[in-house]
Amino acid sequence: MSAPDGTKTGMKLTLNIWRQPDATSPGKMHTYQVEDVSEDMSFLEMLDVLNEQLNAAGEDPVAFDSDCREGICGMCGLMINGQAHGPVTTTTCQLHMRSFKDGETITIEPWRADAFPVLKDLVVDRGAFDRIIQQGGYISVNTGSAPEAHSVQVPKEDADRAFDMATCIGCGACVAACPNGSASLFMGAKITHLGQLPQGQAERDKRVVNMVAQHDHEGFGGCTNIGECTSACPKEIPLDVISQLNKDLRTAMKHGR
Amino acid sequence: MTDSHSEFSSDVDSHADAPTIDPDLIDDAIDYYTPGEPIVDAKAPTGPIDQRWSTRKFEARLVNPSNRRKLDVIIVGTGLAGASAAATLGEAGYNVKSFCYQDSPRRAHSIAAQGGINAAKNYKEDGDSVHRLFYDTVKGGDYRSRESNVYRLAEVSTNIIDQCVAQGVPFAREYGGLLDNRSFGGVQVSRTFYARGQTGQQLLIGAYQALERQVAAGTVTTYTRHEMLEVIVAEDEAGQSRARGIIVRDMVTGEIETHLADVVVLASGGYGNVFYLSTNAMGCNVTAAWRAHRKGAYMANPCYTQIHPTCIPVSGPHQSKLTLMSESLRNDGRIWVPKNKADCAKDPREIPEEDRDYYLERIYPSFGNLVPRDIASRAAKYQCDDGRGVGPEVEGVRRGVYLDFADAIGRLGRDAVEEKYGNLFDMYARITGEDPYETPMRIYPAVHYVMGGLWVDYDLQSSIPGLFVTGEANFSDHGANRLGASALMQGLADGYFVLPHTIRDYLADGPFEKLEESHPAVVEAKAAVEERINHFLTVGGTRSVDSYHRELGHIMWEYCGMERTEDGLKKAIDLIRTLKDDFYRNVKVLGTADSLNQSLEKAGRVADFIELGELMCIDALNRRESCGGHFRAESQTEDGEALRHDDAFAYVAAWEFVADGEKPILHKEDLTYTAIEMKQRSYK
Amino acid sequence: MAVTGLVFIGYVLLHMYGNLKVFAGQEAFDEYAHHLRTFGEPMLPHEGLLWIIRAVLLLSIIGHAYAAFTLWGRANRARTQKYVVKKAVAATLSSKMMRWGGVTLLLFVIFHLLHFTTRTINVNGDKDSPYERVVSSFQPEMWWVTVIYLLAMGALAMHLRHGVWSACQTLGLTNNAKSRARANFAGVFLAVVIAGGFALVPLSILLGIVD
Ligand SMILES: Cc1cc2nc3c(=O)[nH]c(=O)nc-3n(C[C@H](O)[C@H](O)[C@H](O)COP(=O)(O)OP(=O)(O)OC[C@H]3O[C@@H](n4cnc5c(N)ncnc54)[C@H](O)[C@@H]3O)c2cc1C
Ligand code: HEM
Ligand code: SF4
Ligand code: FES
Repeated sequence: MSAPDGTKTGMKLTLNIWRQPDATSPGKMHTYQVEDVSEDMSFLEMLDVLNEQLNAAGEDPVAFDSDCREGICGMCGLMINGQAHGPVTTTTCQLHMRSFKDGETITIEPWRADAFPVLKDLVVDRGAFDRIIQQGGYISVNTGSAPEAHSVQVPKEDADRAFDMATCIGCGACVAACPNGSASLFMGAKITHLGQLPQGQAERDKRVVNMVAQHDHEGFGGCTNIGECTSACPKEIPLDVISQLNKDLRTAMKHGR
Repeated sequence: MTDSHSEFSSDVDSHADAPTIDPDLIDDAIDYYTPGEPIVDAKAPTGPIDQRWSTRKFEARLVNPSNRRKLDVIIVGTGLAGASAAATLGEAGYNVKSFCYQDSPRRAHSIAAQGGINAAKNYKEDGDSVHRLFYDTVKGGDYRSRESNVYRLAEVSTNIIDQCVAQGVPFAREYGGLLDNRSFGGVQVSRTFYARGQTGQQLLIGAYQALERQVAAGTVTTYTRHEMLEVIVAEDEAGQSRARGIIVRDMVTGEIETHLADVVVLASGGYGNVFYLSTNAMGCNVTAAWRAHRKGAYMANPCYTQIHPTCIPVSGPHQSKLTLMSESLRNDGRIWVPKNKADCAKDPREIPEEDRDYYLERIYPSFGNLVPRDIASRAAKYQCDDGRGVGPEVEGVRRGVYLDFADAIGRLGRDAVEEKYGNLFDMYARITGEDPYETPMRIYPAVHYVMGGLWVDYDLQSSIPGLFVTGEANFSDHGANRLGASALMQGLADGYFVLPHTIRDYLADGPFEKLEESHPAVVEAKAAVEERINHFLTVGGTRSVDSYHRELGHIMWEYCGMERTEDGLKKAIDLIRTLKDDFYRNVKVLGTADSLNQSLEKAGRVADFIELGELMCIDALNRRESCGGHFRAESQTEDGEALRHDDAFAYVAAWEFVADGEKPILHKEDLTYTAIEMKQRSYK
Repeated sequence: MAVTGLVFIGYVLLHMYGNLKVFAGQEAFDEYAHHLRTFGEPMLPHEGLLWIIRAVLLLSIIGHAYAAFTLWGRANRARTQKYVVKKAVAATLSSKMMRWGGVTLLLFVIFHLLHFTTRTINVNGDKDSPYERVVSSFQPEMWWVTVIYLLAMGALAMHLRHGVWSACQTLGLTNNAKSRARANFAGVFLAVVIAGGFALVPLSILLGIVD
C-alpha cells in the first residue's frame, strides 16, 4: 500500500475481540483499532502490535497463546471471522496479514467448547486432550525393553499413513470448528496412527474403547460426519480417521470390550 | 576472502596486522572475572573409553524398588530431555512431578526440530560405528567437548532408535519396510533417521505419550502452565547443601507454589532467545537455568551459540521470531548478492549474470555453497555489512542474500525441484508472500541452538548436589558446535538412558530428611520470587518488556553474534549493564500477580536474559580464540577461517555466580583427549 | 443410528418399488397390496409380515430418534457459549438440515400413516381399492396433498444425501479418500433415486399420466 507521497503505510483494521478477565468472570466483545499493520506480519504479530498499543495506553494486553510460531507446537489457535485458524489452511501463527484487506473488521474469539474452558481472553484450557491420550494414546513399552528396531518390518505405505495421521498438533481447531463440539478428528488421528503400525496392535481394542469413553466424559459432542473439522485442520487430517475410529470401536465391541 | 574482509569493522584489521601473540598471555576478560579453582570431573571412570559407561552404570548404586515410591523427583521441562526422563523414572516407580510452561507437555520446543536424529546403527553398512559417531561429534564440536560424555552419547544412540520405533514413532521407511537413513550436516555416512521434515515432533510425541501413560499409571503428575522461578537449595543436618525443590508460579491463577523433592532435574531447553530473534519458541527462556546458576550451579561456555545460515530474513520491526529452512536447500540453490550496491533494491531477475556475486563459490571454490554453517553465515553477514544485502530495509540495512533456484529449475525441471523442496517452498511463500519458483529466495542467518548451558559432571549433575541437568540446558556433549541431528539424540540419550542410571546413585542416599515449608531456605526462595514479581508490577515505568528484550537482542546480535571482537564485547557489556539498570527502573508491566499475566511472565524472563547476556559477553571475551560457533575476529587464519588455540583454550569455562554487581568466578575444566587426536579444520 | 437409518433405507426402497406398481395398473397394484398382507400364509398369520415390518420400523424409529436427540443434546451441552461469528466451510446443506429435517420426516410419517394406513385423514372420499385411494388423493383439485408429499420427499432426499454418507462413516467403511467419494456419491444417488421414485407417483397422478 502506498500513501500519496509514495511512502509505505500499513493497513488499518478494526478488531472485535473477546475479553474475559479470568475463567469465572463473564466476558464480552471489545472493539479496537490498529493502524500501520504491514501485510508481512503474521496474525499474531499484528496482535503483538495491538498489545504494545494497549500497554502504552495502560490497558491490559489481550492474552492469547502461542509458542513456536511456526505451525508445529499447536499452542496457538483463534477463531478468526468465524473460522478456526482463519481463512487459510494453516495455524493462526502462520496466517499472514496479506490474507486481509485494509479497513476490514476482524472478529477474534477463543475456541468455544465446554471441554475447553476459557482461562482468559483468548486462552483456553485444552487439558482434555492430554487426558484422552492418557487413556490409551500410546504403545506401552518401558524404556530399555524395546527390541532391535529392524526386527519388525513395516510396509512403507503403512509407515507413511501412520506418519500422516501422527502430524496432528493437538491444536483443537477441529473441536472449535465442529458444530457438535466433537474431538473425533483428534482422537481418530491418534487411533489411526497407532493402529496402522504392527507395534500398536496389542492394545488396539482397549485403546479405542477407553479413549472414546474419556472423550465423552470430557463433554465433547458426538460426531455426525459434517466435515468442518477436517477443513479447519491445519495439518489436513482427513475424515478417514473418524471412519477408522468407528471401525476400530466396532471391532473392539465384537471382541467383547 | 580478503576483499570481502577488507570492509569489516576496523578493530579486526588492527588485530590482523598485529604480529602473532602468544594467546596464553592475553586475557581480554581479566577485568571482568575472578579466577577460581580448576575443576575435574571425577565421576567419569578412567580406563578404555568404550568401557567407561558400563563401568559407571555398574558402579552406580541401586535403589530398592519398594523405596522408589518414597523418592520424589522434580523434572522441569517436557521436551525430549524432560519427557523421556519423566516417563522412564515413572516406569521405574519413582514419584515424579513434571513441569512445563506450555498448556501441554507435547508442545515443548523439541517439537520444532525438522531434520532428524543421528544414531550409529550402521544400517547402511557404510562404515559407521559408535566410534565414528563419537569421532565426528568431537571433531564437529571443534574439540571442546568432554570425550567420555560424547562416547557414551554415541554408544546409547542405537538404543534410542529401538525405543522410539517400539513406541510407534513413524520414521521414514524404505519400500522393503526397513528404516531409511540420510546423511546430514556434512558427515560422510548416512546415519540420520527422520520422519519427513518433522522428526522432532514425532520423537516428542513418542516421549509425551510415554509420559502420559505414566500419568495414568499414577507415577507422574504433570503441572502444565507452571513456570519455575527458583530452586530451593537447603542444607541437611550434615551441612551438605542439596537441591530440594522449586518455586513455581501457576501461570493461570498466579499462585506461587512450593514443590519439594529429593532431587531436581532441569530439562528446560536452550536460551537462544537471549538474541530476541531466534528460531526458538516465544517462551523459550533461561530462567530455570539462570535461577539455578544464581543458586550455585556453574554456567559453562555460555558464549557457544550456533547460528544457522538458512533462515527466512527479518521482514520488519514487528518480527517476533525467525523460521528455519532446511539446510538441504543449499544442495541446489546458489547464493548470491548484487555486485553493485545500486542493484540491491532491484528486482533480482533484472540483474544480469555479470552483475551478480556468487560469493561462496568465489571464495570457497571447492565447497562452494556447501561450506559449513558458520562460514556460510559469516559470509552472508559480511555481504550485508558491506551494503550489498537484499530484501526490505530494516533499520536502514538490507539483511538478506539470494538463494537462487533458477539454475536448478533449468537443469532439473520445475517438477523435480518441487518434488524435493515443495514443502519448504510453500512455507517460504506463505511467510514472505513471494513465489520462490519465480524469484530467488532470500535467506539470512539466525540463532538456532546454544551449546553452552549449566555445567554438569559425567553423571549430568550440576555443581549443586541433587540438581541434574539434561538436554539443551546442559553444556555437555557438543563442545563449541553441534552437528546436525545430534541435539535430538542428546536429549533422548540423557532422558531415556543416562539420567535414569546416574540419578539412582544419588537417590540411593535418599529419601532425604523431610523439608518443611517453613524451612528458611524455602521461605527465602519463595519470598525472593514474590518480591521480584512485586517489583515488576510496581515499577510503574514507561517501556514495555518487549522493547527491552528487542534492545538486548540487538546488542547481542551485533556484538556477540556471528563475529565477536574484544572492543565489541566490552562495549556490549557496558550497554547491557545500562540496559539492566534502566529495565529495573523503567519497565512497565500491567495487570496483577494473581491472574494470567503474559507481560509479567516475559518480564521475569527478560530480566534473566539480560544477566545471561552479560555473562555470555564475558565468556566470549575470555575465549580469545575461534572455535566452532564462536568466532573471535582476532583469531583467524589468513583465509578468514576460525583459528583455535588448543594450547590456551582447551578447557570448559564454568562460571560461578557470586552476587549481583560482583565479578563471576571462572573455573576451568581442562579437556584431555585419550581416544582422539586434535586437528584444525579446513574448508578451502 | 446408522443401523436404524439403513433399516429405513431398506424399507423405503421396498416401499418405493411397491408404489411404482401404480404404473402397472390398478390390478397389479392392488394385487401387490394384497400380497403384502397374505405373504407367508399360512406360516405367518394374516398381515404377519406387515406387522413384523411395522414392529421393526417402530423400534427403529424409536432408536433412531432417541439417538438423534441424544446427539443433539450432547452437541448443545458441548458448546453452551456460542460464537458471535461462525462460518460453515465444509458442511453441506443436507448435513445442516439433519435434525430439523428428521423432525419434519417424523411429522410426515405420522401424517402419512394417518392418511393411508389408518385412513383417519380422508382427503377425497374413502375408496376400497388401495389403487383408487392413491389416485384420488393426488388429483389436481387436491394439489396441496401432492405438495406435502413432494416437500416431504425433498426432506427425505436431503436426509438421505447426508445420512447415507454419514452411515458409511459411522460403520467404518470410508477409510480412504476413494471410499469417501464413493459414499458421498451413494448418498446423492440414493437420495435422488428414492425421493425421485416416490415423487414420480403423485406427480404422474397430478399430471394425469396415471388415472
Ligand atoms: C527450529 C529448530 C530445528 C531444530 N532441528 C533439529 C534437528 O533437526 N535435529 C536435532 O538434533 N536438533 C534440532 N534442533 C535442536 C533441538 O530441537 C533442541 O536442542 C532440543 O529439542 C532441545 O530439547 P530439550 O528437551 O532440551 O528442550 P525443549 O524441547 O526446548 O524443552 C524445554 C522444556 O522446558 C520447559 N521449561 C523451560 N523453562 C521453564 C521454566 N522456567 N519453568 C517450567 N518449564 C520450563 C518447557 O516448557 C519445555 O517443556 C532444532 C531446534 C530448532 C529450534
Ligand atoms: C423420526 C424422524 C427422524 C429423525 C428425527 C431423524 C434424525 C436424524 C438425525 C439427527 C440423524 C443424525 C445424524 C447425522 O448423521 O447428521 C439421522 C441420521 C440418519 N437418518 Fe434419520 N431421522 C429421522 C427419520 C429417518 C428416516 C425416515 C430415514 C430413512 C429414510 C432416516 C435415515 C437416516 C440415516 C441413513 C442416517 C445416518 C445414520 C448415521 O449417521 O449413522 N432417518 N437422522
Ligand atoms: S486433528 Fe487437526 S485440527 Fe484437530 S487437533 Fe489435530 S491438528 Fe488440530
Ligand atoms: S504457535 Fe506453535 S503452532 Fe502456532
